[in-house]
Order: sequence, then structure tokens, then C-alpha cells
Amino acid sequence: MQLTTLMAIPLIGAVAILVLPKAKETLIKQVALVVSIITAADAVRLLVGLDTNNGGIQLAEKHSWIPSFGISWSLGMDGIAGLLIAMATILVPLIIIAGWFDAEKSERGSVKEFFTLILLLEVCMIGVFAATDLFLFYVFFEVMLVPVYFLIGRFGGAQRSYAAMKFLLYSLVGGLFMLASLIGVFIASIHELGHGTFDFTALTGLHMDAGTQKVLFLGFFFAFAVKAPMVPFHTWLPDAAAEATPGTSALLVGVLDKVGTFGMIRYLLPIFPDASHYYAPFIIVLACISIFYGALLAIGQTDMMRLVAFSSVSHFGFIVLGIFVFTSQGLSGSSFYMVNHGFSTGALFLVVGYLASRRGSKKISDFGGVNKVAPVMAGVFLISGLSSLALPGMSSFVSEFLVLIGTFSQNRWAANIATVGIVLAAFYILWLYQRTMTGEPSEEVKSTVTEINKRELVAVVPALALIVALGVFPQAALKIINPAVKQVQKYVSVVDPAPAVGAATQGNGS
Amino acid sequence: MKTSIEYAALAPIEILLTAGVLSILIEAFVPRIHRRTLQLFLVFGSIVVAFGYLVASATQILNGNASVTGGQTQGIRELAASGSVAIDGPGLFTQGTLLIVAFIGAMLFAERSVDPQGDAFAARASTLPGSEDERQFTAQGWTQTEVWPLFLFAVGGMLLFPVSNDLLTMFVALEVLSLPLYLLAGMARRRRLLSQEASLKYFVLGAFSSAFFLFGSALIYSIAGSVEFGTIATALTNTLQDPILLAGIGLIAVGLLFKVGAVPFHQWTPDVYQGSPTPLVAFMGAGTKIAAFGALFRTFYVAFGGMRWEWRPMMWVVAILTMLIGSILAVTQSDIKRMLAYSSVAHTGFILIALTATSPAGLSSSLFYLLAYGFTTLGLFAVVSIVRDSSGEATHLSQWAGLGKKSPLVASTFALFLFALAGIPLTSGFTAKFAVFAAGVAGGVTPLVIVAVISSAIAAFFYARVVVLMFFTPENENTADVVVPSYFTKVAIAVSATATLVLGIAPQPVLDAVVNAGLFVR
Repeated sequence: MQLTTLMAIPLIGAVAILVLPKAKETLIKQVALVVSIITAADAVRLLVGLDTNNGGIQLAEKHSWIPSFGISWSLGMDGIAGLLIAMATILVPLIIIAGWFDAEKSERGSVKEFFTLILLLEVCMIGVFAATDLFLFYVFFEVMLVPVYFLIGRFGGAQRSYAAMKFLLYSLVGGLFMLASLIGVFIASIHELGHGTFDFTALTGLHMDAGTQKVLFLGFFFAFAVKAPMVPFHTWLPDAAAEATPGTSALLVGVLDKVGTFGMIRYLLPIFPDASHYYAPFIIVLACISIFYGALLAIGQTDMMRLVAFSSVSHFGFIVLGIFVFTSQGLSGSSFYMVNHGFSTGALFLVVGYLASRRGSKKISDFGGVNKVAPVMAGVFLISGLSSLALPGMSSFVSEFLVLIGTFSQNRWAANIATVGIVLAAFYILWLYQRTMTGEPSEEVKSTVTEINKRELVAVVPALALIVALGVFPQAALKIINPAVKQVQKYVSVVDPAPAVGAATQGNGS
Repeated sequence: MKTSIEYAALAPIEILLTAGVLSILIEAFVPRIHRRTLQLFLVFGSIVVAFGYLVASATQILNGNASVTGGQTQGIRELAASGSVAIDGPGLFTQGTLLIVAFIGAMLFAERSVDPQGDAFAARASTLPGSEDERQFTAQGWTQTEVWPLFLFAVGGMLLFPVSNDLLTMFVALEVLSLPLYLLAGMARRRRLLSQEASLKYFVLGAFSSAFFLFGSALIYSIAGSVEFGTIATALTNTLQDPILLAGIGLIAVGLLFKVGAVPFHQWTPDVYQGSPTPLVAFMGAGTKIAAFGALFRTFYVAFGGMRWEWRPMMWVVAILTMLIGSILAVTQSDIKRMLAYSSVAHTGFILIALTATSPAGLSSSLFYLLAYGFTTLGLFAVVSIVRDSSGEATHLSQWAGLGKKSPLVASTFALFLFALAGIPLTSGFTAKFAVFAAGVAGGVTPLVIVAVISSAIAAFFYARVVVLMFFTPENENTADVVVPSYFTKVAIAVSATATLVLGIAPQPVLDAVVNAGLFVR
């Protein structure tokens, strides 16, 4: 019941806020903050309690829900899910602090609504990572859209309606294809087991023939690729991230998009091992395109939020690449990357949000010389940026490096191309820094851009501290991730280390 | 052959039709001031009594099913009225659904606080639209209770339609349910020309389709030598590829597909949905679809079950067209009632998947779908009826802009119903869709399911568009007002919304019920 309890905490918080009177804005914010901190503490407690010798699902619980369709309320977590849940729940209070005054600015939504939605979203985020029933996962995957849709559409910038709609439609279409595949899996389980089930462990034991796997794989992959987002299904992300409030963008890119890559590791590889091998070469190509294309477009952006969004497209390329090379370094690297990227991009979005709210513009050209007027702000911005470009010493470096090593032993070309992506990352981040922070501040910048305040600092520093801490001592996280990765490799029947064997299975594709 | 009528088994139908007759007598002999009270007692009373009776006999049947012993089958599924009516699990479930829909529908009919002029129906239907008479009667605040006998007869016909076990009874039921609806469609208080146009279209096209149905019945009779479903099924097992047989099946299909609003027999839906009084649209949109699908399933599973390889290709084409055309045309609409009409067409297509699957799962999933769809439709139109401006209902989409700010509760409820139609998890629409799609894949019609997924994606666009309008678009001077209705509409909306959520979150009891309902009697 521990995971259900974890989900119940923010849910109770959301209900509590709903019954509070609308006018008590400060009280609402305080309740939201306290609830989210308790949730984060509980999530970390569960994570620390995980048995690192066990790669399987722990803290498992199962209650029958809709037996006719073989659906149960089953939760549980392995190291990867545990870290992602911890990352998500730690980000939420930071975002609440950073977005303390965001809701008042909106002429459409109220403070009460904003924080209710955030807490509801938190429930769904925990649920989607903790679900061990494929159907339950799908339910959270879809229901999550609703709070995000309203968060973007009611609290965003000028183009928010368009962005919210685009986000919703992309996700819904992806979700519907996943639904079709979901039904296919259900029918396959009826054929093989005699009764339909969505239980994760039962599904990994299915022996679907390769043809069926290939078809069903595509439905899931499409949904995950939209979510992740991979080129060419990424176009909703820059719009959504640029129009939402910085906090929402941080959650959207930092946590929600991880559902796509998490789904790949948790469901695609174990349930469709043959299809995963079959499609791996194509997906690796797509991943390389994402790395490159995302980085190139990031360089070309004039809007800071969009730049960060495109940089994420590039980062997600790395994550997907690491997953589909099937090596333990690649998979561990990707899993670790998911966590790091959440913190680094989250921090970057928040800092950009601070700047934008002061200057009233997200345009890069409207800034310049910020380090003269607000040196601490510039420093925080720099650290966030450096963590995004994976500077050694930052945790993102460790994960990116692991992905590259893991890829190299399998597919040299992909590794080489991805390495160039790192150079591009350095380019767009440092150039962004140069254009916005250095030089002579203009009159507008001088008059509007004030130094970062304590509240804002409190929201960003924990994320940056974690990045540095995990960069210096990555073993803390890898120790939790590795057993889970071993388990995934078992499902896709990849023996590791065995680059020669791996190369042979790759052979027909590359 | 000795003619026998099992009055007990037919009781719900009898209760409603008797109530209809009494209702006419009330109109004829009771002073005007007492009519409404009496009519309401009669209507709600008869529905409740019929429902109670139905539940009692269904429990009896379920218990019978549990203890199936050789000679006991008589009470489990029975043919009544010399085989003209089949009282079986699916039939009873459909009747139960219809009575629930009728009850909520009647609450919307009874609403009198929404329109300052009275209710949703014409002050005097016989006056010409725009005439001096009309103005006078309206100014004097006239309201009529003549809708109630019509309503009761329509419900009686609907109850008979899905349990008819021969083509003639089915035809009679079809007419009994349709004729009152044609009339009611023309009785809107406001925009009467539109309403009368709707009525006429509905009537002319409906009469055509009835004729098709009758003609098809004659052709089938010429081959099978009987109009009774069981006999037809036996006779057809020995008949091969007779063109007259195929024509007969096709013509009967036209008659029934018209009633469910399948493409290409859907043209009446947008006009009738737009022009008719909204309480009627709620009741008719849910009730007719449920009753007609009940009849469609019985006809094609029982009478033509052995011929499924002949009619399945036809249903494939109809289902694909219905899903795609319904959802594509819905995107282009700017009137909320027309949009919901096309969306109802798309939903017809989804249920046709279950029909085409020709399996027990297909039948049970469609029963669930119809129940879920019934609640959602009632709720949707109940909300539409209270969103108004000075000239009546505000049905143009632009008038819904900013409604979320003006009236958050109503807008959120409407959004819930839209999410259910779109099939978002934790709403009834999702469970229903899942059940139907799963039955489709298991029944070997996977391509239909894929088309359904694509059209669901298209449909998501226009449902989301309304949500965008309500919540993300600022109010303007055109934004409609939400009228505070009486308890009738409030309860109707609350019940529909609750059912939409419960069937999405805890659907297991109902899923068990539709499976336990079992198969059609032969």
C-alpha cells in the first residue's frame, strides 16, 4: 500500500485545496507546498528503501479493478521507476516555489485552480511510473493530459490555446494508437493464457510471434515517440513549452516527456523483444536525427523557451539511442539521463522564466549584459546551462558518456554522430549565454532585470545541487539503476558485455 | 395454432401503452390546471412501475440462468405472444436501459424554469409560425401537456422494438415509436420553422425507410415462408445465395440503419437534432439509438445469424463510412447541436463494429456501450438546454466562448460529457469503447477497429475545440448565459454525470450484468 499512499498524499492535498475558499490564496499555496514536500520526502524514503540487489518490481501491490478486462490496480517500482518518481516529486515543490506568483498573472485561471491542477498532475505522474499494469499505465498516460491541457491553456502566454490544443491532439492521437495496440496485447494474452490480462509480469512471459509483435510495437512506439518527443513527432513541444508558464514547461519536459522513454524501457523492450531488435536500427537512425536536428534548431531559435525545448529534443535523442542499443551502459546511461535531464532542464526553464518575467520578453535579442546587473542570476543561468550541455563534473556528463560508450560497442556510426551532437550542445548553450548575459546591458535590461531573489534561488538551487552531487558521486544513482537494467536486458535476451554478439544481431540493420 | 399472449412477460410494454391511453383521457377530460400534475404522476409512475417489474423479472431470469436444469428453460428465456416477442437477457437489459433513459428524458420534458415563456414545447402547436395567434398564445403564457401521451407511446414502442421476434411486430413497434417522435420534433417553442422542417424531414425519410423495411420483410417472407425470426433462421440455413434473399436482408438493413443513423442513411440526424426541442433530442437521440440497435442486433444475430458471411461485408462498408463521415463532418460544424448529431453518427459506427464482430462479446459490449452512451447523450443535451440567450438556446459555438469563467460547474460538467464521448479513460465512454474494440479485434474485424481509432482521433479535435472555447477563450458580448433550472434538469444532469463517472471508474458490476444477460432466445 506504500505507493498508493504516496499517490494519496497529493490527491488529498488537491481535494483540500478544492474545499478552501478561493480568496485564501496564500493559504492555498502553503498547503500545496507542504503537501508536495511531504510527497517528495515519502518518495525519497521509498527510493532509499529499495533493495539494490533486486532488479525486479518491488513494493508491489495488486487489487482487482475491472476483472472482465483483466485490469488490476497494481503498483510497484524498480530502480528506474523509483528514481523517476523521486525526481518528479522533488521537482514539484521547486516548481511551486518558483511559480508562487505565476497564477495571479493569468486572467483566466485562479490560484486555487493552478495548484489543484499541479497536485492532480503529481498524482498522475507518480501513477504512470508506478503502474505495473499496462492498462493502468495507459489510464494515467491519458488522464495526465487533462491537467496539463488546462495548465497550458489557462495559464500560458498569448498563443496558449493553440499550444494546448496542439499538445492535446498530438498526445491523444498517439494514445489512441497505443490503445489499439493495447487491445491487441489483450487479445494475444487471451489466446495464449486463456484469460485476458494486462499484468506486466504476465505480459513479459507471452510468446507472441514476431509478426504480431512488430505490428503491436508500432502502436506503442508511436505514442511514446510523440510523448518523448522524437523527430518527426516533436513539433508540439516547442509550442507547448514556450506558451506554458515556466513551471509547467519544466514539468512537461522534465517529467511528462520521460513517460515516453520510460515506456520504451519498461514496456517496449520486455513485452516485444523480437520487435525491439527488428526496429532498433531504424529507431537508432531516428534518434541520431533527433540529436542533430534538435540541436540545429536550438541554435536557430530566437526565443529562449523554444531554444530550451529544442535542446530537449536533442537530449531525448540521446536517451532513445541509449535504450535501443540494448547494452547495459546504454540502458543505465539513458535511465540516469532521464533523471538528470529532469533537473537540468527544469532548472533552465525556471531561470529563463525568471528572466522573461522581469523583462516581459523571451526574445534572446532583448537581453544582453545581464551578468552586469544581476550577477547571481547569470551564475545560476550558467550552471543550469552547463548541466544541460553535459560538462564533466555534472551528472548529465556521466549519463551522456555512458550512453556514448554503450552505443560505441554496438554501433560506431551512431556513436560518432551522437558525439558531434555534444559539440552542438556546447554551441547553442554557450552562444545563448554570450548573447544574453555578456556584453553591455541595454537601458531596458538595466531598468527591468533585477537580481534573483531568495524565493527564486531556493527553487533552483536544490536541483543544481543534486546535479553536481550526482555528477561527483553518480554511483548513488547507478547502484539503484543497474539491477533494473540487468532485468530489462534479460527480457530482451541481450548478454552483456558481448559487443561481438550485439554486432551480429545489429548486422542486418546497419 | 393456438394464440396465447403471456401478459406477465409483456407487462412493461403494456404498462407504458396503457399509461399512454390514460394520458390521452387526461388530456380529454381533466381540467387544464390539473393536467400537468396528473400527467407527471402518470408518466413517472408508469416508468417506475415498469422498471420495478423489469428488475424483478430480470432477477428471476438471472437466478434461472444460475440453475439451468433441463426442463427449466421455459422461464429463463421465453417467447411471448405466440413467438412474436422474445423476452430474454439482452432484451430485458435493453428495456431497462430504455426505461432509465425515458425517466431522465421525462425530467427534461417536465422542465419549466428554463424558458421564461414556459417550457420547451410550442404554446399551441397548431398555430402557424409567426402568426398573430401564435404571438397571442405565447404572450398569454400557454403551455401544453399534449406531449405526454406522445412521449408515453414512443417509450412503449421503444420497449417493444428490441424484443420483437418477428418482422411484423418489429414493424409495428417501429411505427409506434417513430410517429410520436415525428410529431414531437415539430413542436419546439422557439425557431418553429426550423423545428417543423426537421419534423417533416424526419417524417418523410422515416416513412421511406419504413417502406424499405416492409418491402424487405415481404421478400424474406417469400423465401422463408414466415416472418418469425427463429423460423427464418432455420429456413435460411438451406438457402444459398438467393439474390432475393440478399435484397431482403439489404432492405431490412436500410430500415434499421436509418433509425440508428448510420451512413448513408444519416442525413436526417443533423437537421432533426438542430431543429427539434432539446429535451426531445436528448430522449430521442439516446432512446431511438438504443431501441434500434437492440432490434438491429436481434434481427441480424437471430434471423440472419446463419447468413453472416453474406451481410458482414455490407456492414463493414457501412461501419467504415459511418465512423469516418460522422467524425469528419462533425469537424466542420459551427452549431453545437449539429456537431453532436454528427458525433452521434460516429458513435453509431463504433457500435456497428460490435455488430460486425458477430460474437457474444460483440453483443454484450454493445449493451454496455448503449447504456453509457444513453447517459452521456442525456447529460449533454440537458446542459445544452440551459445555455441560453434572449432568443432561446445558444447553440452557435461562438456563444459558448468563455462559459468556463461564467459558469465553471456547468462548463466542467459539459467537458466531462465531451471527454466521455472522446473516450478519455475513467469515463464511461472509454470503458465502452474498450469493450467494443476488444470485441472487434477478437471477432476478426481488426481493420474496423483501426478505422475507429483514426476516427476517434479526428473526433478528439472537435470535442477538444468546445473545451477550448469554454475554458480558454475570453468571454465576449455574445457569450450565452446559463439559466438556473429547476430540480428536474439539475437531477437529470447530476445523475447522468454520476453514471458517466461510475461506468468509467467502477464498471465491473455492469460489465457482469451485460455478460450475464446472455444471448438472444431463438
